[in-house]
Amino acid sequence: MERIEVLKTYKLYIGGTFPRTESGRYYQLMNSKKEIIANVSLGSRKDFRNAVVAARGAFGGWSARAAFNRGQILYRIAEMLEGRKEQFVNELVQQGIKKTAAEDEVKKSIDRLVYYSGWCDKFITLFGGVNPVASSHFNFSVPEAMGVVAIVAPENSGLLGIISVIAPCIAGGNTCIILASEKLPLCAVTFAEVLATSDVPGGVVNILTGTSKELHSHFSNHMDVNAVVFCRDDKAERKAVAENGALNVKRIYFWDKDWNKDESENPYLIMDLQEIKTTWHPIENIGVGGAKY
Amino acid sequence: MSKIKENNPEYFTDWKYAPSPESKDHIRLQNRYELFINGKFVKPNSKKYFDTINPATEEKIAEIAEANEKDVDLAVTAAKNAYDKVWKKMPGKERAKYIYRIARMIQEKARELAVIETMDGGKAIRESRDIDVPLAANHFFYYAGWADKLEYAFPNRKPQSLGVAGQIIPWNFPLLMAAWKIAPALATGNTVVLKPAETTSLTALKLAEIIQESGLPEGVVNIVTGFGNTGAAIVNHANVNKVAFTGSTDVGKIIQKAIAGTNKKLTLELGGKAANIVFEDAPLDQAVEGIINGIFFNQGHVCCAGSRLLVQEGVAEILIRKLKDRMETLIVGDPLDKNTDIGAINSKEQLSKINEYIKIGTNEGAEIFQPSCSLPKKGFFCKPTLFLNTSQSHRVVQEEIFGPVLAVQTFRTVEEAIEKANNIPFGLSAGIWTDKGSKIFNMTSKMRAGVVWANTYNKFDPTSPFGGYKESGFGREGGLHGLAAYLNF
Repeated sequence: MERIEVLKTYKLYIGGTFPRTESGRYYQLMNSKKEIIANVSLGSRKDFRNAVVAARGAFGGWSARAAFNRGQILYRIAEMLEGRKEQFVNELVQQGIKKTAAEDEVKKSIDRLVYYSGWCDKFITLFGGVNPVASSHFNFSVPEAMGVVAIVAPENSGLLGIISVIAPCIAGGNTCIILASEKLPLCAVTFAEVLATSDVPGGVVNILTGTSKELHSHFSNHMDVNAVVFCRDDKAERKAVAENGALNVKRIYFWDKDWNKDESENPYLIMDLQEIKTTWHPIENIGVGGAKY
Repeated sequence: MSKIKENNPEYFTDWKYAPSPESKDHIRLQNRYELFINGKFVKPNSKKYFDTINPATEEKIAEIAEANEKDVDLAVTAAKNAYDKVWKKMPGKERAKYIYRIARMIQEKARELAVIETMDGGKAIRESRDIDVPLAANHFFYYAGWADKLEYAFPNRKPQSLGVAGQIIPWNFPLLMAAWKIAPALATGNTVVLKPAETTSLTALKLAEIIQESGLPEGVVNIVTGFGNTGAAIVNHANVNKVAFTGSTDVGKIIQKAIAGTNKKLTLELGGKAANIVFEDAPLDQAVEGIINGIFFNQGHVCCAGSRLLVQEGVAEILIRKLKDRMETLIVGDPLDKNTDIGAINSKEQLSKINEYIKIGTNEGAEIFQPSCSLPKKGFFCKPTLFLNTSQSHRVVQEEIFGPVLAVQTFRTVEEAIEKANNIPFGLSAGIWTDKGSKIFNMTSKMRAGVVWANTYNKFDPTSPFGGYKESGFGREGGLHGLAAYLNF
């Protein structure tokens, strides 16, 4: 007798756990032959709000991790992904991507994580520094994580897209809530399983599935979100996101990139989600010639 | 004070400071100021003028042209032409030399600018002379040097200028804010339309005269005076590529919303409600000076003012006693007097807003303290004010007053201090007072604020980036980071 396959339930990823959407709603994902390949959760405003609570809770710990430690954890994500390459290739193929393109996308995704892993303990040196003020003070500026970032992931890149936006965000010490691609959501949910086994603390990355149409306004008007990264091209949604951002002076970014290209990975994406903090302290000025930095 | 005086007569004298007014003889002011558009002073299409007064005497100083939409359009068009035809193409090395010239000319005219700044805005001459004007000149000097070195500022990038920068500045540091806006914009190859605040247009217009004298190509900097409508016309103009605003959080939010859906780049430097945190191991006398400077500098009209004091319980009593004693010695009065510590409140509107908050604080149940000083009969003045026994939910703790009013809270543990300091919508600055280095670094990393002063307060420098977290705005002014606001890369 032929073995019956165990089908996967695609759930959300919030606070390190895999809940179903509280709304109980779903949408059906079809392949090119119009066969149903999954019932995908239609994440709701309440799911998003729960995810913000999880992300805010995780922020203090994650941003205070040693940069070196964050680098190791990002590298660990790459390791876990490498071990599950086939699964991601199959999922991409299931969603209509050609096999060679799918293989290429998975490889690039792994390499991108390694790339940002390396940045974790380097961008601060590159973009921070000591400022030679004229008065007798030691003065230095360093990039510091912005806080909780709400991300609407690229629509046309199911795995590479989501990794390309999550990686610079968490490499810099932020936590995030990310809405997966609506038509290519499967890899996002499976990627959550990778995160859950990669020493990434629960709540650092929270993944929702659903529609930007329903969720973009909630992503942008939540008062405990510090920044929004919006990677879709719907003009009306973009304008609404930018307008809502003004409610609590959110930092709003529209990242339109071809995520396949090498130049779409760079430390300026990390820096978009950093604040610059400047600290002053007096220098004692006793002795011949005083002292200066 | 009087008790301390009675108990320690040997430390006190009845010597008073003799009046020491700065001379106004050498300053040159016109009765009427026009708009500075395309290198010339031109009459406004609105045909309207408004008065600018000396807030210390309530006397009219001059009348100022009010720019309407048509005027703003002329200014933006001039800026766009100057950008396309001249400024964009000019090598950085040459741009730099114009900016250096402006810096030097501000230095040459420093005394005149300081006196006018004090007359028009009400700030103590000691501050406009020693802080505002020199820092403004230094800012131009600093950014001039960046003009031909931009490719070194952003690794692996070739930065591009944006075009026309629309800049709107507040009344608390009129010339200095103009410098903070114009200098980096010019260094990065952009042209400028700047609107000063309606109560303090004069030094921006004197700067326009300097710019004219410097030979800067026509239209590279345009200065249009007026009220909120003038500012809105700049923000909404289709040919403005970048908006830089310093002012209240309320107006900042309106601007952020207004430019949604456009490609305009935005930086906002908005309100603040900084905590000055004093630990038990702090050098208390230095801390008192820092608290005084933190809240009473520029009459408290400072977005990064240390308007909340968090003091650890063990030293609260002695620190507050020292603070009250020090407040008794503050000289409030004629801003032109070189001995004056606290000058005039910038406008009647601002004074009534501050007085409203003093009422609110009293009604909320906080204990008020004001020194026994007398205030001048004419002009807009406010006594330095403490609110003791405030709690986190009090409006005088949560809201920006923008005046010489300090809300005092106490705390027991480091965690409590961090929680209270961060538990507001703002995040511009913070102050830490402790003799323990490791505690300073713990605290600076935990403050959700853009500038942290440890064992000092209210220090500024052109090399040092300034700007906020959260609702205090985004983007930085000053330093290498200040260039990013005016470039695409």
